[in-house]
Amino acid sequence: MKLTLKIWRQSGPNDKGRMETYPIDGIEEDMSFLEMIDVLNLKLVREGKDPVAFDHDCREGICGSCSMFINGQAHGPGRGITTCQLHMRRFKDGDTIHIEPWRSAAFPVIKDLVVDRSAFDRIQAAGGFISVNTSGNLVDGNATPIPKDDADEAFDAATCIGCGACVATCTNGSAMLFVAAKVSQFALLPQGRPEAKHRVLNMVEQMDKEGFGNCSNTGACEIECPKEISLEHIARMNREYLAASVTKE
Amino acid sequence: MALTGLFLCVFLIAHLAGNLQLLDMSPEGRLKFNAYAKFMTTFPLVKAVSYLLYFSILFHAFDGLLLATQNRKARPVRYAYEKAGANSTWYSRRMALLGTLVLVFLIIHMRSFWYEMHWGAIGVDADGNKDLFAVVEAAFGKAWYVGLYVVMMGVLAFHLMHGFQSAFQSLGLNHPRYMPLVKNVGVFFAVVVPVLFALIPVWMFFFNA
Repeated sequence: MKLTLKIWRQSGPNDKGRMETYPIDGIEEDMSFLEMIDVLNLKLVREGKDPVAFDHDCREGICGSCSMFINGQAHGPGRGITTCQLHMRRFKDGDTIHIEPWRSAAFPVIKDLVVDRSAFDRIQAAGGFISVNTSGNLVDGNATPIPKDDADEAFDAATCIGCGACVATCTNGSAMLFVAAKVSQFALLPQGRPEAKHRVLNMVEQMDKEGFGNCSNTGACEIECPKEISLEHIARMNREYLAASVTKE
Repeated sequence: MALTGLFLCVFLIAHLAGNLQLLDMSPEGRLKFNAYAKFMTTFPLVKAVSYLLYFSILFHAFDGLLLATQNRKARPVRYAYEKAGANSTWYSRRMALLGTLVLVFLIIHMRSFWYEMHWGAIGVDADGNKDLFAVVEAAFGKAWYVGLYVVMMGVLAFHLMHGFQSAFQSLGLNHPRYMPLVKNVGVFFAVVVPVLFALIPVWMFFFNA
């Protein structure tokens, strides 16, 4: 496969950055998208040029690192996949592929396609946990009965890998799907209820502080989410937030 | 945004129900409409609700402006290549623009009728009521004005197409069993209400002898 890559290059946070064009040859359709970038980088290194910086780790769709906006879509074409799960067979010989970093005020570019997603960590630290004393008084997980439907839904929310595709794809740069998933996974379980009010209020407050946009329910995040997390979680977070706002002391 | 939006949806139904009386252009119909207009501008309960309505319009507009400004700031560098159509409808992404157009239309609309009814120099009909029907008749005798109304009702339709169901989601009222119903009612509402509104100027333009 012969391709033309148009890739965002930015040497550092203070560089203005620009799209640069790289012709590439010898790409096989069985390669993953990241392997294709590896081939490009090998070529760039051999030519004495700076390779394209990009985030990647597990390469099996569970770490959420491989943030790339490919041909106008988060993680490229295809549903329910991360960039590492995208294969070159989705493209045709001679195609031009645009590759950009996530664009969000809350995700500043570090270099090329690498963005700083620590805003998500700070939102998590604001309430995305339960406080359990783990020293010596562990309770068996099955000791607390949980309806199967609730457990399943909580698990669906918990599949969020914090990749940031929801923010990247949202026309408003909103992080609602991420925060909603983190709120929901606890809101549905009895273990999450004691801290539910503070959790939703604090996490939403932190989300707003980080400079993410507002949700206008376009539904784009749900479509582009590699874990296909549902908008219903956003509605649940809205309910939790409304209830917590009017009943807080 | 959701609460004021839904209140404005309820208002649209009431406004439409009242104004469909304009389709009756007989002498009695004119008198009836003028009597209705007097009632709507003088009855205390209606007046009280109208202040809530003015507040809702202003709140909805200013809140929308604030949210749109924040959203713009949330993505200072735009994508060079974006394929947003792959995951969302154009009108769901253009609510601020559609809303602004609806607001501009509202200003024109209120200047034409609401302002005239309250402070304009209007003649009186046989019953001694302000002859608002004549004002509407004159306005809808102009082709460009009728055209503006029809186009703007199209704009309103797209705003409602997303807005109606979006309001339910914002309030947390999303349930797998009821959301399809909410969405269908939203589409029905977004089509039927603006079409009936647009029918009034078209009807008056073509069938007024």
